[in-house]
Amino acid sequence: MLELRALTCERGGRVLFAQLNCRAIEGQLLRVQGANGAGKTSLLRMVCGLLLPTQGQVLWRGQTPAKQAEEFNRQLVYLGHAAALKDDLSAQENLHVACLLGGLAVTPGQTRLALQQAGLAGRERMPARQLSQGQRRRVALARLVLATDVPLWVLDEPFNALDSIATGWLCGLIAAQLARRGVVVLTSHQALALDALPGQVAVAL
Amino acid sequence: MSAIASTRAGPVSVLACMRGLLLRDLRLALRRRADTLSALFFFVLVASLFPLGVGPEPGLLRSMAPGVVWVAALLAAMLSLGRMFADDYQDGTLEQMLLAACPLPLLVLAKIAAHWLCSGLLLVLVSPLLAVQFDLGWPATGVLILALLLGTPLLSLIGAVGAALTVGVRGAAVLVPLLVLPLCIPVLIFGAAAVEASRGGLGVSGHFSLLGAFLLLALVGAPWATAAALRIAVE
Repeated sequence: MLELRALTCERGGRVLFAQLNCRAIEGQLLRVQGANGAGKTSLLRMVCGLLLPTQGQVLWRGQTPAKQAEEFNRQLVYLGHAAALKDDLSAQENLHVACLLGGLAVTPGQTRLALQQAGLAGRERMPARQLSQGQRRRVALARLVLATDVPLWVLDEPFNALDSIATGWLCGLIAAQLARRGVVVLTSHQALALDALPGQVAVAL
Repeated sequence: MSAIASTRAGPVSVLACMRGLLLRDLRLALRRRADTLSALFFFVLVASLFPLGVGPEPGLLRSMAPGVVWVAALLAAMLSLGRMFADDYQDGTLEQMLLAACPLPLLVLAKIAAHWLCSGLLLVLVSPLLAVQFDLGWPATGVLILALLLGTPLLSLIGAVGAALTVGVRGAAVLVPLLVLPLCIPVLIFGAAAVEASRGGLGVSGHFSLLGAFLLLALVGAPWATAAALRIAVE
């Protein structure tokens, strides 16, 4: 499903990684590992099509993301470093807009339910500026609850700032996505939480 | 099981996507009312400074009015341009816009529409007040309002290109007006000339046709140019 072919990344005149080959089939987890500055985020952004490869290709179902454009975007959830929340909007409004942009029509009932599952019951109407770092991350991750039909999840350090309960919850979401034969690409420093999941492909940068 | 079934989300149309972004930006503007209102007060203030500077002679003020109001509108529109995409770039929403299920130029168009509703349209609504201040008279005031109605969307459209080009650049607040103001000169010339012509009893349809043509051209071209600039900025 997802294939990286001879991928090379050059940023600011420095080669971060070169000739990277890798593939993930349905139901597989692609774990990107590497030190700080090794190019993990750049690799993830290349997979999404935000960054064009210096050389090589990213192929999703045999085609590059750029060629499929919006059709590819509908099949993708990308959660980056920043939680992509507006401070002046409530958690629920933020989640609603994020889902709309991603191509998911959601009702207020669905977003409330997703936020409750993310452990934010009673905080749905709170402006995002009043939420803690971990809670902001939970709002962004709540989109995954609603994105069950989206086959490709690309998550940049999703476990950052999460407590142990939320970590367990997120691991459950990822396991369910893999069981649905979706593909998950993620970077993480927390090795332990995901080790139990089957079908992993490790990419070391 | 019921919880899983009810969190299944359906697909979204392009229009729903655009409307969602437009409503989000309007809601944000409503919650940060101070930003919107300060541009409006700036507009009134700049236009009010001229009579104080050049003296209170009615004939002079009347002949200056179209140009002064237009220049003030131009400057006021610049105030909020710098932040059009800068906030989205900083909090990561811009990346989500690039990865949206809707073509980026159309999303950009929705954002431009939101910007116009929160800046240009308000300037149009306040302009009669300034016309009274300059004793512009009735037909000329009507022409001024119509010209602003055609011209201010153009400022938002052209401004979006400049705002997108300076996303992530330090000192963007100063750079945007420097980039955009020269491109707005035709709007200023024909907008002010229309009011001038109506004061002189001449026909104004030519000026309006040209402003309309500019607007159509910008409506087609600006969102695409902005989208291309945003893609480069995010990379």
